[in-house]
Amino acid sequence: MPIIEIVFYLFGAVLIASALSVVTVGNPVYAVLFLVLSFFSAACIWLLLQAEFLAIVLVLVYVGAVMVLFLFVVMMLDVDGEQRRLQIGRYLPVGFLVAVAMAAQLFVLIWTQGLELQAMPEPYPESFSHTRALGELLYTDYLYAFEVAAILLLVAIIAAIALTHRRRPKTRYQDPSDQVKITKGERVRLVSMASERETSEARGGNGDKS
Amino acid sequence: MLTLAHFLTLGALLFAISVAGIFLNRRNVLILLMCIELMLLAVNMNFVAFSRFMDVMDGQVFVFFILTVAAAEAAIGLAILVVLFRNRRSIAVGELSDLKG
Repeated sequence: MPIIEIVFYLFGAVLIASALSVVTVGNPVYAVLFLVLSFFSAACIWLLLQAEFLAIVLVLVYVGAVMVLFLFVVMMLDVDGEQRRLQIGRYLPVGFLVAVAMAAQLFVLIWTQGLELQAMPEPYPESFSHTRALGELLYTDYLYAFEVAAILLLVAIIAAIALTHRRRPKTRYQDPSDQVKITKGERVRLVSMASERETSEARGGNGDKS
Repeated sequence: MLTLAHFLTLGALLFAISVAGIFLNRRNVLILLMCIELMLLAVNMNFVAFSRFMDVMDGQVFVFFILTVAAAEAAIGLAILVVLFRNRRSIAVGELSDLKG
């Protein structure tokens, strides 16, 4: 058996096993950790398909950012596992049935359409750069979609902040609208008074200080 | 010999597992969100496999966009969860019946 098949079956088995653990383990903290393992195995399988950039992005962005966000939230909310574990058996038969039916349908579709005859293509030449190929496509044909995706991320940032931000009554903050609307009369008061002669005490006090 | 069907089978298995997970973990919103992430991973696996075997790079650009949408969805979903927990001190799905839907 060539090395590429060994790698595929090894990481595929790890991927399936960790995905099963995500859905069956009760504790959300363990579920997040198994999810990290499954994303990591998926990235290794993408490396087999020579999608190096996407594999690295999956590990960096998904495992590095999104899963850590999940872990933060899981640990912030204290979820009681007791009540959940009692309920897991109730939907087991219907869930199992739906999953098996869906998998069977997909398998029939996949293995009868001639897809099993499509052999692995020749590996790309050594000079091929996946990042370059992806970047050239992304910044030419898909530039508009790329910008829409950027706006989507901006909307997500604003939504997340707007949802979770709460204003404490004691917090001091600036109101730029008020600051801009200020007039000269509110800040400076001109007083007309007679000019005064400098006294010797004032001069002495100044001299002491400096 | 590895064929396209092997990779699609892996994606299909992953998808079926996450559908089963949504049924099993009906009570816990956190694990429901994780199951959705797993589903998107299965879809991405199919995209990457087809893109490689058909030698068309465009499929991998779509993986990019799916990753973006998944990240945005996770961020907003978790923010809603945090607000929900702050207001009700619990995230059990069974108790969310205020809308009487």
